[in-house]
Order: sequence, then C-alpha cells, then structure tokens
Amino acid sequence: MKPPPFEYFTPASVEDALALLGEHREQAKVLAGGQSLVPLLNFRLARPRYLVDLNGIPHLDYIREEDGWLAIGAMTRQRAVERSALVRDRCPLLAEAMPQIGHVQIRNRGTIGGSLAHADPAAELPAIVAALGGRLVVRGPDGERVMAPERFFVGYLTTALEPFELLVGVRLPVRRSRTGHAFVEVSRRHGDFALVGVAAALTLDAAGACADAALALTGVGPTPVVAAAATRVLVGQRPSAEAFQEVGRRVSETLEPDSDLHASSEYRKHLAGVLTRRALTRAAERARGGEG
Amino acid sequence: MKMSDKVPVRLTVNGTSREGRCEPRKLLVDFLREDLGLTGTHVGCEHGICGACTIMLNGEAARSCIMLAVQADGAEIVTIEGLAQAGQLHPLQEAFREHHGLQCGFCTPGMLMTALDFLHVHPDPTEAEIREGISAVLCRCTGYQGIVNAVKAAAPALNRSR
Repeated sequence: MKPPPFEYFTPASVEDALALLGEHREQAKVLAGGQSLVPLLNFRLARPRYLVDLNGIPHLDYIREEDGWLAIGAMTRQRAVERSALVRDRCPLLAEAMPQIGHVQIRNRGTIGGSLAHADPAAELPAIVAALGGRLVVRGPDGERVMAPERFFVGYLTTALEPFELLVGVRLPVRRSRTGHAFVEVSRRHGDFALVGVAAALTLDAAGACADAALALTGVGPTPVVAAAATRVLVGQRPSAEAFQEVGRRVSETLEPDSDLHASSEYRKHLAGVLTRRALTRAAERARGGEG
Repeated sequence: MKMSDKVPVRLTVNGTSREGRCEPRKLLVDFLREDLGLTGTHVGCEHGICGACTIMLNGEAARSCIMLAVQADGAEIVTIEGLAQAGQLHPLQEAFREHHGLQCGFCTPGMLMTALDFLHVHPDPTEAEIREGISAVLCRCTGYQGIVNAVKAAAPALNRSR
C-alpha cells in the first residue's frame, strides 16, 4: 500500500525538531533512516499527522572517541558504522554485529538511532548496547538526559522516550584489555531478524581466569535480556567448555520467549542456550588472542 | 501547508536533471515510475522485503519503496534505465542474458542494481559471497543458480570497464 497523508517537516536543527515535537506530541512521528517506519506507513499501521524528518539536521552523523566511550550520532548510517576502522578497533562487538543487521540496502539508509528508538525485540543494536552497558543520549526541551539501556528499553517497540524527546546519540564503552567479544545469531535467512541473537563480552585476568562477563540476548523477550545472574558464576573460573555449557543451560532456563510464526518458545530457549555457549567460547578465544 | 499540497522534487536520474512535484507521502519508486515515466524500477512488496525496487542512491543500493520521493531531493539516482549505454547492454545485463539470470524478469531490475553495488565492493567474489550479496532480492523463477553464475561471470568484465 501507500503511506497515508501527513504533513512533512525537515527541521534544520535539533532545536527546531524538538519545537515541532513539543507542538505536535503524539501526533508526530520522527523519520530517521525510514527502514522500519516507511514500511509501517505503507501498511498504514502508523498514521502520524506530522512527520518530522531528521535527515536535514547536520552534526548528528559522527563516530568518535570521547573520554573512554565510543560516541555515535543518532543519524549515523549503519553502513558507516560497519565500515568504520574506529568501530572495529574500539568496539569489535558492534563491528561484528553490523553485517547481520538486515541487508546492505537497508544499512545504507538505516541509522543507529532509528534502530534503537524503534526498539524491535529481535533487533541487534539494543542487545549490543545492553551487553556493553552503553548509554543513550536523549534531548528534550529542558536539555539532555543520559539513560542506561535497562531504563531506555521499556517493552515491545517501546522506549522511555517522551513524544517531545529525541534520541541524539549512543555511547559505548571502548574495549578493555584482555577482553574478547562475540555476536552470534540464528535467523531463517541471511538478513532476516534474528530468531535469537547473543552478544557476549568476556574479560580475563592476568592469570587467564574470567574477571568479568556480560551477555545480552535479543529475540527472546520484549526488550533485550541481560543475563547477569547466569554470567556471574563465570567470575574467577577458567574458561572451559563445561563452564560455558553451564551458563548456556542457566540462560535457557530463565527465559520465557514467546512462540510465533517463525519459532516456538521451546526452540528459542534451546537456541539461546546453544548460542550463549558459542558466543562465550568465541569471546574467550578472542580475549586470549588479544583480538577483541 | 496542507497535507495534499505538492512539493517540488529535483534530482539527477541517470545523469540527467529531472524535477517534478508530488505529495510528501509519495514513495520514491512511484515518483520514478509515475512522475518521471521510468517504469523499469518495479514495485513488488512495498515494504522493503523483495528488493525489486532497488536503485542506486548517491552511489549506494537502496530500496525506493521505503523512501519518500521528497527525501531524494538533491540526490543522484541510477535506475535500471541508466545501465545500458548507447544501445549497448551493460556487461552485467549481458551476463544475465548469457547465463539465464532471469525468467519472468520481475526481480531483474532490483537484482541488477543490487549486483552492481555488490560488485563495486566485491570485485572478485566467491559464490558464497554472491549468494549473500543477492539475498536481499527475491526471485521466484530461477532458483538463483543462473543469477549467481551471471554475477560471477560479470565480475571480470566490470573490473575491465572500471
């Protein structure tokens, strides 16, 4: 189908965009890369009266290092992140996940901020931010607030963003030494949304035991699921197939994913366990090899 | 401004400056087809899955059914009509003909524009890379084998013409 009628605005600054959102509130929708919103318009599942297109706003498109964080502007195209040498070096987990987001055609248009604000429960980026303990930078009429992922992602396609607020950027902690990462997912076809995806980060101490581990899963709940309790048991242990198997079992046990057209709840639980083991194994190899 | 008010869209298509006026809700693919008369770009699923509407937008493949025409204001676009030059098929089109890379032809414009972008990035691709590269376009006729063969065969010719 075709989009329903709307009034279209191209603000030239974040301030102008915020003024429009402040005026039109719930009747307005923000257009970033459009790779999720335009299909929703075509289906007429979204019928905003006002469309606020951010593509004319300068300075929301950047990738840079700031005080131990990798800072990415909300309007940075996913393809630019995928190609960034800085991202590969400072945040290898994000670099590994990028090619698994949709297809090249999608990533050429799709933005980092758009995907995070859309908050699809099977999307890769929310899980990456959750696994790494990143920060979401939100601007509103009264200034900026910086949010942790567990507060930002509220539910299915829902974030804590108010109708008069904009996500302007995301910050991810840069890679620590002796830390390895992995992002693994299973989807029915390449480029499809993940049935289950796992983002893992594992830090070893000087003696080669696990000093820290973090896991976040996508596709198994309305928001990214951080498996903190399951990974805590790794701390102090040497990485081993048995230890990772055990974490996988615990992760699988705690999840209650929905069944849908694409996979049953049981299959998703099973996959979550297997992918957890694989992600941790790969992350440990990389931590030992110093490749991130 | 009322919702149905038309807005000007100026862009370069296949090297020529073009302009038109349309409602902001008009999709780029419909603008290309209806306002500019370039019906080579096909409308398939209209929600960014089938890839039939793939064009080159500022040098990169993009889906014209999930982009508004107004967003392409000032952009440089190449459509399937821009491939053949002076009556000579593009090497990629030649390869598709040679290797049976099409049957009904509906996906072919999207497949060709996708393959064009893919071969720019992967000048000497493996078969696995080609299969992944074209996975964003659905073909219901060929079983893809002919398309994969065509893309593989076109790679050296494209490198020569660069």
